Amino acid sequence: MGELFAQFDVWSAFGQTLYLAFFSAIGALIIGTILAIMRVGPVGIFNKAGAAYVNLVRNTPLTLIITFCLIALHYQLKIYLAPEDSPTSIVDNGVRWAIVGLTVYHAAFVCEALRSGINTVPTGQAEAARSIGLTFTQSLREVVLPQAFRGAIAPMASVLIALIKNTTVAYAIGVAETAAFMRDGLEFRPDLSFLIFVLVAGFFVLLTMPLGIALTHLSQRLAVKR
Amino acid sequence: MAEPLVVLSGVNKHFGDLHVLRDINLSVDRGEVVIVIGPSGSGKSTMCRTINRLETFESGSITIDGKPLPQEGKELAQLRADVGMVFQSFNLFAHKTILDNVTLGPIKVRKKAKAAAEKEAMALLERVGVAHQAQKYPAQLSGGQQQRVAIARSLAMEPKVMLFDEPTSALDPEMINEVLDVMIGLAKDGMTMIVVTHEMGFARKAANRVVFMADGQIVEQATPEEFFTNAQSNRAKDFLAKILTH
Ligand SMILES: Nc1ncnc2c1ncn2[C@@H]1O[C@H](COP(=O)(O)OP(=O)(O)OP(=O)(O)O)[C@@H](O)[C@H]1O
Ligand SMILES: [Mg+2]
Repeated sequence: MGELFAQFDVWSAFGQTLYLAFFSAIGALIIGTILAIMRVGPVGIFNKAGAAYVNLVRNTPLTLIITFCLIALHYQLKIYLAPEDSPTSIVDNGVRWAIVGLTVYHAAFVCEALRSGINTVPTGQAEAARSIGLTFTQSLREVVLPQAFRGAIAPMASVLIALIKNTTVAYAIGVAETAAFMRDGLEFRPDLSFLIFVLVAGFFVLLTMPLGIALTHLSQRLAVKR
Repeated sequence: MAEPLVVLSGVNKHFGDLHVLRDINLSVDRGEVVIVIGPSGSGKSTMCRTINRLETFESGSITIDGKPLPQEGKELAQLRADVGMVFQSFNLFAHKTILDNVTLGPIKVRKKAKAAAEKEAMALLERVGVAHQAQKYPAQLSGGQQQRVAIARSLAMEPKVMLFDEPTSALDPEMINEVLDVMIGLAKDGMTMIVVTHEMGFARKAANRVVFMADGQIVEQATPEEFFTNAQSNRAKDFLAKILTH
């Protein structure tokens, strides 16, 4: 074990995974919420645009999306997310494009988790909100979304757990995260392969299991009684 | 006499092929209490819901206090604030306390300060007899209590007119009167009310007029006394024969 940590920068690989997961999760939550509002709102064209996004993105492999981000958007179209002339430009652009890809992909799932939460809110709640004079936005913010979020915690937990594990796809575009450490480890220290597998699996379980337990607990505690 | 508070003229509405509202004309004066009765499916709920535009309609016009109903948007929200609505299934906000249910509209729509809104809300909850439950959640209250809170929630907006769509038909029999008593009180205090209900007792005690609907039309209108003892149309006579034998 000590050997592994001495030979490879395991901590920085774990750190990179956490970094990817954290910022992609925030991005996916924001964009996913906007998509969900578009899909349930009163404007037909937004409904369609939201549905098209979800169907397109959800049915495209994540590896494809992330490689597309780096190869097509970054290399081909020369879109830089980190300054071109900085010494860490290659690494930074890789990480940021990975976050964009993860965000775009998981936003579709966040949207659907939220919509399933919104479906737990009876239509009478929105009608009552509108009938006391709240605007569409106010009734969403004050009445529908707070209840929808509670109903969406459980499906959202699955999305977040998937997102954390899916950060390993960033390895496809050369981000030095946990899967990249695993590849290097297996290549240079095949004698330690079992240890490497256990270490990586342990890291993900340690990350996702408490999250799952906490969110399940939260969803039960906050459940809206009807 | 000043112009009527609520005026529907020539209102038509379809649900697909179904012509639910056929050329509805109805005026309600300030302080008037109008009961709407009629067989199931005759369009009573739909008529109520078009008055605060929870449902759209295709032709005709609806005015509240002289102002026509605006299209969707901020103005419509403002108008809805002036039209209280009490639903059959209460529809209290399930994630908010009783007090917060009542203060939400005054704070967000009327822009009142929280303390003032809460003080007024407590007075209203007192008036409907559920002040001691203010910190509870809707699911912890009985149906009758929830419906009284729903009435307080509407009253907090100081509406010009209140719509009630079968406010007691989801209630256990022993809870019906506690809600009707609150409504009778409102009627006595001069609130303009449009009430869909089959509660004859309430109609006789509080109503100025009964409107009888069938197949999406207003078939007959009369004072409660006249309507219950001497209905003119056959549809109304049939209907009364059915509900009075229960
Ligand atoms: N959202 C809707 N979509 C399609 N049809 C509807 C809708 N709402 C109501 N209807 C139909 O319109 C007709 C009138 O319904 P409405 O609810 O207004 O009747 P009602 O007089 O209130 O009846 P009840 O006494 O059963 O409440 C019914 O035939 C009903 O099935
Ligand atoms: Mg009805």
